[in-house]
Amino acid sequence: MRQVAHIFRKEFSAYFVSPIAYIVISIFLFVTGWFFFSTFFLFNQANLRTFYTLLPVVFAFVIPAITMRLISEELNIGSDEILLTMPVTHGDVILGKFFASLALIIAMLIPTLAYPLTVSFMGQLDWGPVAGGYIGAVFLGAAFSGVGLFASALTRNQIIAFIIGLSICFTLTLIDKMLFFLPQSLLGFFSYLGADFHFQNIAKGIIDSRDILYFVSVCFVGLFGAHFTLHQRH
Amino acid sequence: MIRVENLTKYYNQLCAVDQINFDIQKGEILGLLGPNGAGKTTTLRMLTGYLQPSSGSISIKGLSIDKHVLEIKKLLGYLPESAPLYHDMLVFDYLKYVAAIREINSAQQLPRIRQLADLCGINEVMSKPIGELSKGYKQRVGLAHAMMNDPEVLIFDEPTSGLDPNQIVEIRKIIKEIGREKTIVLSTHILSEAEATCDRIVIINQGKIVADGSTENLKHSLSSKNMIHLCLQNADFKSVETTFSALDGVESVTKVRETDSEIDVGVTCRSDSDLRPDVYRKIKETDWILLDFHQETQTLENIFRELTKES
Repeated sequence: MRQVAHIFRKEFSAYFVSPIAYIVISIFLFVTGWFFFSTFFLFNQANLRTFYTLLPVVFAFVIPAITMRLISEELNIGSDEILLTMPVTHGDVILGKFFASLALIIAMLIPTLAYPLTVSFMGQLDWGPVAGGYIGAVFLGAAFSGVGLFASALTRNQIIAFIIGLSICFTLTLIDKMLFFLPQSLLGFFSYLGADFHFQNIAKGIIDSRDILYFVSVCFVGLFGAHFTLHQRH
Repeated sequence: MIRVENLTKYYNQLCAVDQINFDIQKGEILGLLGPNGAGKTTTLRMLTGYLQPSSGSISIKGLSIDKHVLEIKKLLGYLPESAPLYHDMLVFDYLKYVAAIREINSAQQLPRIRQLADLCGINEVMSKPIGELSKGYKQRVGLAHAMMNDPEVLIFDEPTSGLDPNQIVEIRKIIKEIGREKTIVLSTHILSEAEATCDRIVIINQGKIVADGSTENLKHSLSSKNMIHLCLQNADFKSVETTFSALDGVESVTKVRETDSEIDVGVTCRSDSDLRPDVYRKIKETDWILLDFHQETQTLENIFRELTKES
């Protein structure tokens, strides 16, 4: 577990040494801020509904960009050979990198607390759904990070890793919006797969163990896939 | 110290390393020699636990690599070919990170990093990003990385590839210096390097061991023939051949090169007798003009070429 902490520290600071973290955070804040406040005054409602509606789609783009380099860069420059011949396991490496990306996602969400603060000055804000939304965002971020890490382990090309990660996250986000052409019997199953469906449940302020379980399982499947892929390479 | 038994590695259908066996004693510097694609890197990668063997076993200090891979990794220091390090990290940060992963306690990290920086001569680049370093400095940072936890076994994959002659000499000096106490396995395709740094040489070709022994032993055991090289003027091959073939101990006479005036001849003879006096006497009897006369001894170069040439 100590090794996980060392790898986490190195990966997390690597985000801030290179411009990646700054670019990703600025783009994220710009996009969410723009879409949230451009319609906020039209609706004239003191809640974060638009922000949360938008969040899964934005995450589907932003998180694969955060995770794309984590493993594929190591494979590309060959530094995995140096890393994995030190006394660490594949599991340590993957967990360390996963927590680093999750920490960056949390760092990215912190400035958005300005939105509910601003809103609370203008009207009666119900803090329950806001807190639920943030908890849900962290779980959603963890799930997408797991997926992104898996995509990153698949290839040594960061752009391909990004596109694979994006496709999976995007599919998970939109799957429950595309159910109208499916037979009735499969409907329940496919809507359960939708990340947006579970996220919106939490964002209403209802923290249901089924939704949490969904995000944890997606995250676990992603990390397990990354572990398996990395192991197969050797 | 290190025991390798029937080690085999397949990449899909391709057999990279084929049933190799060797033992390495404590304190030995072993050179793994072979042409490109012979399986040197694959063998070293399996020794470090980075690649899993298809079959066969490796044990280091009595620990089997399948069961105790983490313990073995703690005993090893490894420098991969061309030192693939994180480009955007500073040298100092990188070494600190390695020290942390190597579980050196925080009070000793700084003195240890300083010590290694002195040994490897990287003091002046400590605050530069690794990506901006020249190849030689990168290699030295890799060397410092490998020696961080003062491991008992050091594995270097082509430690001098791509360096300039001065840097090569320096890196060899460092290897020699640490080799007094440590067990070192290094791979190279430069023969003079193996000759200069290693106590023992294992030559591999197409995944198989073709020779194993100290440099002297290798030269001795494989040179059963001597070749006397002559350059003559005013002579024709036919008469040269008949003259020398009559000598006892000569196996064959071959024409190496012929121009209008000169002829280069190789006289192959058994190594148990020195035929040079007899050859000279024969030449004296004729009116040939002798331009060059030397005996070629088997160099490592020749042995290597002989053993690894495409059959």
